[in-house]
Amino acid sequence: MKNEWPLWEIFIRGQHGMSHRHVGSLHAPDADMAIKNARDVYTRRNEGVSIWVVEAKHISATAPGEKGPLFEPSESKVYRHPTFFDIPEEVGHM
Amino acid sequence: MAVDKDKLLQFLLRIGDSTLVLSHRVSEWCGHSPILEEDIALANTALDLIGQSQMWLGYAAEVQGEGKSADDLAFLRDAWDFRNVLLTELPNGDFGRTLLRQFLFDAFQSVLMGRLIKSSDETVAGIAAKASKEVAYHVERSADTVVGLGDGTEESHKRMQQALEYLWPYVGEMFESDEVDAAMAEAGIAPDPASLREEYDALVGRVLAEATLTIPEGKFAHKGGRTGYMHTEHLGHLLAQMQWLQRAYPGCEW
Repeated sequence: MKNEWPLWEIFIRGQHGMSHRHVGSLHAPDADMAIKNARDVYTRRNEGVSIWVVEAKHISATAPGEKGPLFEPSESKVYRHPTFFDIPEEVGHM
Repeated sequence: MAVDKDKLLQFLLRIGDSTLVLSHRVSEWCGHSPILEEDIALANTALDLIGQSQMWLGYAAEVQGEGKSADDLAFLRDAWDFRNVLLTELPNGDFGRTLLRQFLFDAFQSVLMGRLIKSSDETVAGIAAKASKEVAYHVERSADTVVGLGDGTEESHKRMQQALEYLWPYVGEMFESDEVDAAMAEAGIAPDPASLREEYDALVGRVLAEATLTIPEGKFAHKGGRTGYMHTEHLGHLLAQMQWLQRAYPGCEW
């Protein structure tokens, strides 16, 4: 018999209009209890207005070994950053 | 008609002492829960209950009018002055029994707070409004765990059924009525507890059925906590631990 509860990744939306951010992980027997545990572990100091939980096994991730081919090619492509435009002053902070 | 001050005080102590004593019991799990997540959740519950006790006992001290504070009432009274229901002072037992006791109390609180938010006494209504959100979460959480453990493994089911046999005879006391309750009902401050039983039985019956647990048939109910007539032998030990610092170092603050 397996005695460990599955691991859940927890995402909290700090305030309306913001996106959910990954805050950590915890164990719980099911999604419902994962939300309750997340409420008790991660929002007890008034940190959130919404909680998402995802069982960790459902998240696919890039492998650290593939870092080269995946990310390094973009290091030398400064022209992809929109830093070559003059922003009119009226636009203000973007 | 002005309500009798002593009766209002008794009514407030009954709620405030129940949340205080249960809070201490729940806090005994801190650092000992089966898993980290439950440890934090139980500590949160204990803290919520402490917060509620502060409000109820704070108002009780005000009604008493002897210049005392909620802390004075919590730490400087002895067992015979406490008015908590016996259910709240019972030893924790295992994790399942603790959560079942919590559910049986949370369910009562959720029904009671639903009525107290309409109290004719503005302070009572205000405290109830604040507490009712916490209570709604508590009962949802404890009900979930009761269902999870009751309808869990053979071992967890057996333990939960044993816990129910042990705790059920302490449920009846919450619905006892005496002259204090009659005075509160007449003044529109609080409902007669007996009138809450139907709603309570519906809620508890639904959850326990889902948990595949069988409610014991006996009608016997232990009582004596809310009247202060006779507490169990467990309360004195609990108070000794809860109060010793304030007793050993009177007026100590930090």
